[in-house]
Amino acid sequence: MGRTSEDQPVWTALPPGLLRMRRLLLVLWAALAAVAVGVPLGVLLAPAWAACALLPVAAAVWGWVLLGRNWRSWRYAERADDLLISRGVLWREETVVPYGRMQLVEVTSGPVERRFGLATVQLHTAAAATDATIPGLDPAEAERLRDRLTRLGQARSAGL
Amino acid sequence: MTAPGDGTGRGGGERRLHPVTPLRRAWAPLAVIVGWAVHDPDQAHRQLSRLTPAMLGLALAVLVPAAAVYGVVSWWYTRYAVTDAELRIRTGLLFRRTAHIRLERIQAVDVTRPLLGRLAGVAKLKLDVIGARKKDELAFLGEIEARALRAELLARAAGAAPGAAHRAGEAPARQLVRVPSGVLAASLLLLVPTWAKLAASLVVPVLLWLITHQPWPVLATAVPLVGGAVTSSVRRFAGACDWTLSESPDGLRIDRGLLDRTHETVPPGRVQTVRLVQPLLWRPLGWVRVELDVAGSSNSLLLPVAPRHIAEPVVARVLPGVTVPADTELLRPPRRARWCLPLWWRAQGIAVTDTVVAARSGLLHRRLALVPHAKVQSVRLTQGPWQRVWQVAALRLDTGANRTVTAHLRDAQEAAGLLRAQAVRSRTACRAARQDGRTARNAGPGTAWDGLGQR
Repeated sequence: MGRTSEDQPVWTALPPGLLRMRRLLLVLWAALAAVAVGVPLGVLLAPAWAACALLPVAAAVWGWVLLGRNWRSWRYAERADDLLISRGVLWREETVVPYGRMQLVEVTSGPVERRFGLATVQLHTAAAATDATIPGLDPAEAERLRDRLTRLGQARSAGL
Repeated sequence: MTAPGDGTGRGGGERRLHPVTPLRRAWAPLAVIVGWAVHDPDQAHRQLSRLTPAMLGLALAVLVPAAAVYGVVSWWYTRYAVTDAELRIRTGLLFRRTAHIRLERIQAVDVTRPLLGRLAGVAKLKLDVIGARKKDELAFLGEIEARALRAELLARAAGAAPGAAHRAGEAPARQLVRVPSGVLAASLLLLVPTWAKLAASLVVPVLLWLITHQPWPVLATAVPLVGGAVTSSVRRFAGACDWTLSESPDGLRIDRGLLDRTHETVPPGRVQTVRLVQPLLWRPLGWVRVELDVAGSSNSLLLPVAPRHIAEPVVARVLPGVTVPADTELLRPPRRARWCLPLWWRAQGIAVTDTVVAARSGLLHRRLALVPHAKVQSVRLTQGPWQRVWQVAALRLDTGANRTVTAHLRDAQEAAGLLRAQAVRSRTACRAARQDGRTARNAGPGTAWDGLGQR
C-alpha cells in the first residue's frame, strides 16, 4: 500500500465484442420487426403501406449510433486501492468501490454472451445500491479481474 | 434430544420456552373468526346465521382444543440453547427447523412485552441477525430469563468469554434522555400529515354529502377515515410513550411503549447512517427526530422528538467522535442550480468533516443525513443531461444498511473532487476504525466493534 491512490486512473475501454453483439442483435430484431410490419401491411392494404417497414429500419439506424456511443462511454480503471467505473452518455455515472468493501465478485456469462465470447463482472458490496458492473469483457480478462479483485479485497477486507 | 457439544455447562444446554406460550396459539381460531367478522361484517353475519348455535359450539369445541394441542406440541418441540459460538433454536414436529445463529453476527436483541404478556410476566425476545431478512424470535420467555438471555447474548456478541458473559449479568445503564409525554403528544400534533389526514376525513364526507345527500355512504367513508387518522396517531403515541434512552456498555438502550413495552439496544459501531429530521412545524421549536440505520436491523428510530441541543450529544454517542455540523457549515449549491430544482435548491447542502459526511435536503421537511466515512461502501457521481447543461452533479454515498445518502446539485468540478477525496477518506477511516475496533475488543466488551465476524 505504498503508492498513494492519488495516481491518475489508467482507463480501460471495453473490448469491441460487446458492441458487435449488441449491434447484431439490434439488426436481427429490426429485420424481424421490419418484416412483421411491412409484409402484412403491403399484402393486406396496398404495396405503398409496406414503406412502414422503414420505421423499424430507421429506429435501428438510430439505435446503431446510440449503441456505439453507449459502448464508448463505458470504461473502468483499477487503481491501487479502488476500482473506478464510468459510464453513460446522457445519464452519466461514475462509481468508486474501494477494494476493501467488496464482499463478492461475480462473473456471469449468458448463452448469447458465451456465443460471442463475452463475460460480465459484477461487484457486490454490503450496499445493494452499489451498481458496479462491467459488461462485455473477454472471459480471460474477466477471470483475471475477478482473481485480482478477490485478492485485493481479501488484503484490504473491512466489511461494514 | 440434547445435542452433544453444548459448551455452556449451564443447565445442560437446551431449554424450553415459558409454559404460557401454548395459550397464545389456543385462541388463534377464535381470533381468525373475530377478525373475519370485524373485517367483513355483512358476509360474516350471513354465513354465521346459517349455522345453528349447536353447530357453532361444536365447531369451536373441536377447533379450540385442536389449536391448544397444536400449541402444546409446538411448545414441547421448541427448544433453544446457547453454545460457545451460536444460539440454536429448534422448532417443528413434522417439519424440523433448526436455526443456528452465530453469536458474533447478532446485531441487536430486543425484548418486547405485550400487554397480556406483561400481565403474565413473560416477554418476547427478538434477534436482529446480519443477513436474515426477518427477525428470529423467542416467544415467550419468563421476564427474568429474557433479560438474562439478552444480557448474555449481547455480551457474547461483544466478544466476552462464555463464563464471563454469564457472570457479567445485565450491563448497568445510565439514563441519558427521557422524552416527556407532553412533548411527544405536542410533537405528533405538530405534524402536517396528522392534520392533513384529519382535514381529509372531514372534507371528503362533506363533499360526499353534498353530492349524494344520503347518510350511508357518508358514514361508511367518514368512520374509517376519522378512525384511521386517530388510530395512527394514537398508535404512534402509544409506541413512543415514555421513551427512555440510556447508555450501557452494550450500546444505547431504548425503553419505550405505553401498553406494550419494548426494550431495544442500538449496538455501537454498527450504525450506518443517522438522520436528523425536522418537520416544518417543529422548526420554530428547534425539535428534531433522530432516525438511524443499522445493517440487518429494522429498528430505525433513536429519538422520537428532542430539542436539537439534546439530540446532538446523543448522535455523538451513536457515532463516536462525530459532531453534527451546524447549518452554517453546510455548503450550498451554486446559484445556477435553481434551474434544476427551483426553490428547493436552497435547502440542499453538504458538509464534510474529519469523521462524517453530512447532506441536507428538503425545504420544508428538513433532513440532515450523516454518514461516517468508515461506513461508506461505494461512492457514485451521477449527472443527467439537464444537470450537465448547468454543470451540476449529484454525489451518492451507498451504505451497508441499503440506504444511499445523496448530496444533490453540487458543482460538477467540486463533485468530481469530492468523489475522489471521499474514496480515499472512506478507505483510510475504515482502516483506522478497524484498528480501533481491534484494540477495543481486546480492552473489553461493548465499546466499539466492527468487521462483522470477518475475522
